[in-house]
Amino acid sequence: MAADKVDPIHQFHINKLIPIEIGGYDLSFTNSALFMVATVVVAAAFLFLTTSSRSLVPGRLQSVSEMAYEFVGNMLRDAAGTQGMKFFPFVFSLFMFVLVANLLGLFPYFFTVTSHIIVTFGLAALVIGTVVVYGFMKHGLGFLKLFVPHGVPVFLLPLVVLIEVISFVSRPVSLSVRLFANMLAGHITLKVFSGFVVSLSALGAVGVAGSVLPLAMAVALTALELLVAFLQAYVFAVLTCMYLNDALHPGH
Amino acid sequence: MFVTSAFAQESAPAADTSHAATEGDTHSGTSVPAEAHGTFPPFDPATFPSQLLWLAITFGLFYLFLKRVVMPRVGGIIEVRNDRITQDLDQASKLKGEADAAVAAYEQELTEAKTKANAIGQQAGDAAKAEAETARKKVEAALDEKLGEAEARISSIKAKAMKEVGSIAEDTASAIVEALVGGKASKAEIAAAVKSVAR
Repeated sequence: MAADKVDPIHQFHINKLIPIEIGGYDLSFTNSALFMVATVVVAAAFLFLTTSSRSLVPGRLQSVSEMAYEFVGNMLRDAAGTQGMKFFPFVFSLFMFVLVANLLGLFPYFFTVTSHIIVTFGLAALVIGTVVVYGFMKHGLGFLKLFVPHGVPVFLLPLVVLIEVISFVSRPVSLSVRLFANMLAGHITLKVFSGFVVSLSALGAVGVAGSVLPLAMAVALTALELLVAFLQAYVFAVLTCMYLNDALHPGH
Repeated sequence: MFVTSAFAQESAPAADTSHAATEGDTHSGTSVPAEAHGTFPPFDPATFPSQLLWLAITFGLFYLFLKRVVMPRVGGIIEVRNDRITQDLDQASKLKGEADAAVAAYEQELTEAKTKANAIGQQAGDAAKAEAETARKKVEAALDEKLGEAEARISSIKAKAMKEVGSIAEDTASAIVEALVGGKASKAEIAAAVKSVAR
């Protein structure tokens, strides 16, 4: 176990807890699935229990729930207007899910759901899928105007449209890779520095004295990761709002 | 991990043998699992179906729960609070209007009372002044009367005295004449002489 602790990649391993296999696909309930469930349960229970008193003058925890609600609500209204409020439950769920998954991942020995590209890509694909489906449902082929900006000279148009299409296609990639890479890199760095503390303190008095430095670094990194956990959830939600705005108002 | 081993080589001579042995164990232990795993776990496609499935299940349930239960509730709380705040603000502005009216009424009453008080003061002052004037006039009249009386007395006394000055002079003159000449001058002569001197 001590050996595993110093391996910075070990924390990302997926272990099958309940093996399930259907039609040749491995659909096991893994530690990743366990922490998805934990994320959902923690977030839902927090939101549900803190607002159960429905106080007119909120307590601290109820304030937190209300702040999250209004924070996301204002973000969406600013980016996509009042029309965008029909996506409020979606954006709020995304924000809370990513935020709680990031924060839970900061606990030692906890699995970080958002450090797996497939999870963040799944969420990003959901966002872009929503944008595309809703865009075509609402505007029909008019949604394609998204790729044709106004006021561009005709001879430049093919180039501009190509660039717009590439930028649209790269959105799910950038959205998912940003979150995934931030969480992955942060957790690896944390683990490496914590590993230094363990290895150094095994070297006797000098090592123990020297391990103060990586320990301080690990403490500082934990604070930074806390910020990153919130920031990435925020960025994910903000970008979702902006993409949804494109679905609502495809003309530039 | 290569950094750890570098540290180990530097500080190994300083540390005692037992610690060095533990360090060696740790070091050899660390390198083994890293090499044992072929693919980097986040990029291992074997885990994708399961993760996607469970993400869909958990996120879907989370979305439904938030949409059906949590968000109407939080939205309701905030709406009720906003209504209440608007109501309270309305009431507050109404009360403020009432308070302002009361202040205005009070100030008006105060001004009226001040004017009244001024009028009363003026009146009282005028009355007192008039009374004082009459009293003064009365006193002045009495003093004038007394002054006239005194002047009349003085002039009568003066006249009497002036009249007596003549007879005294005549008496004195007759006595002087008697003493100097030894004869008696007639009363008429003396009177004539006194009169001529007095003139």
